[in-house]
Amino acid sequence: MAFLDVKNIEKSFGKTDVLKGITFSMEKGEVLAIIGSSGSGKTTLLRCINFLETADKGSFTINGETIFDAQQSYSDKEKREKRLHFGLVFQQFNLFPQYTAFRNITLAPGLMRIKNSDKKLSAKEKSAIQDEINNEALQLLKSVGLTEKKDFYPCELSGGQQQRVAIARALAMKPDILCFDEPTSALDPELTGEVLRVIRELKGDDRTMIVVTHEMNFAKNVADKVIFMADGVIEEYGTPAEVFENPKSEKTKAFLAKSLEKI
Amino acid sequence: MSFWEVTVQLADGFGVTLLLFGITLVCALPLGLIITLGSMSKFKPLRWLVKTFVWIIRGTPLMLQVILVFYGPGLLFDWPALPRMTAVIVAFIINYSCYFSEIYRAGIESIPKGQGEAGQVLGMTKAQIFFKIYLFQVIKRIVPPMGNEIITLVKDTSLARVIAVTEVLKAAQDIVGLKSIIWPIFYVGAFYLLFSGILTLLLNYAEKKLNYYNG
Repeated sequence: MAFLDVKNIEKSFGKTDVLKGITFSMEKGEVLAIIGSSGSGKTTLLRCINFLETADKGSFTINGETIFDAQQSYSDKEKREKRLHFGLVFQQFNLFPQYTAFRNITLAPGLMRIKNSDKKLSAKEKSAIQDEINNEALQLLKSVGLTEKKDFYPCELSGGQQQRVAIARALAMKPDILCFDEPTSALDPELTGEVLRVIRELKGDDRTMIVVTHEMNFAKNVADKVIFMADGVIEEYGTPAEVFENPKSEKTKAFLAKSLEKI
Repeated sequence: MSFWEVTVQLADGFGVTLLLFGITLVCALPLGLIITLGSMSKFKPLRWLVKTFVWIIRGTPLMLQVILVFYGPGLLFDWPALPRMTAVIVAFIINYSCYFSEIYRAGIESIPKGQGEAGQVLGMTKAQIFFKIYLFQVIKRIVPPMGNEIITLVKDTSLARVIAVTEVLKAAQDIVGLKSIIWPIFYVGAFYLLFSGILTLLLNYAEKKLNYYNG
């Protein structure tokens, strides 16, 4: 049984069918890159998996446990619990501008483990949990190479640094699968490297990741599997070697030819 | 009448002005937020009702509303009239809540959608997203337009005299009428200027304090 099993996801906005039956699976520790032109539905797919959109049809499971099934409706609380299997790093970072890098990372874990906790916690337990969260945040800042930027506000950081804080923030919730929605598309070219390097290092930690990206070299060199999407369907699926060196579909060939075109 | 005597009488009236200003502000700030939630509700009838109410309040003169709150209950239902000051305060609170609510709404809608989405994927509840993420950013953004409304409120208090509440402007008019001297009416301007000057300084200070980050 696969770690993540996505079955037949369909989604339309009004009369536009954005996803027309998406089925794929991935193993634990795998990095899956999703490539495709704008409007192919890759971001919508990621948003459906993260409960930011509700798929019209289909389901997905993690480790055999059903996380989402379009035939069921979920309460806000259920959604909140289920979406925590996934983390999401946004194209626009979406850091909270009023908080420091450190507070951006610790805010949500604190709310979840202290405020939203089902059992009553004593003051002592609370401060023990908070200490643990703070220590984890420091570790995370270190792992994205931003220890010395701990007390900086997002507006004082470069785009690449902001995105690295955003990655640390997502990791602080300990998701089973970390998703990236075009994590370098909003960055200046000279800043994409530092973000991609962090993602590649995470792979070394055996993290399961789904990366929607326009960075073909990244997909080629870092991903274990690549999905090429076009017009709401999976046009091509395979290892980077299979997809990039030996594409079967005409659409994939045309897309790759354009993407890898040297000017 | 000496300058000093006039000053004392006007200061008396200005006390009423400040009271009206303070109570209106303290009550209308939170009430406006509740109206905002109504006008942004996903439940259509409620949204429609609130929007119509805001339209009526913003579409009619505050002076008329003061008159209506004071005389309306008696004329329509034969109820005893509210005390004059209470009637003015009620009308002011309703009026200003509606204006505030629109400023709040503009502030909330100006926050990028990604802020809420980031909160959602981090497992926050709706209330936590509002109070921990949105509220502060909204406050920072609405200080300038709020400052406008607050300064307008200082001067709008002069409408209270339409139902014979003796705020500072009516106090001056009374002196003008009784003593046949005209200058106290202009002297009133100094009271308004002084107070709105202090408020401007406070608002500037708040803006500066909130400016520790961009965005």
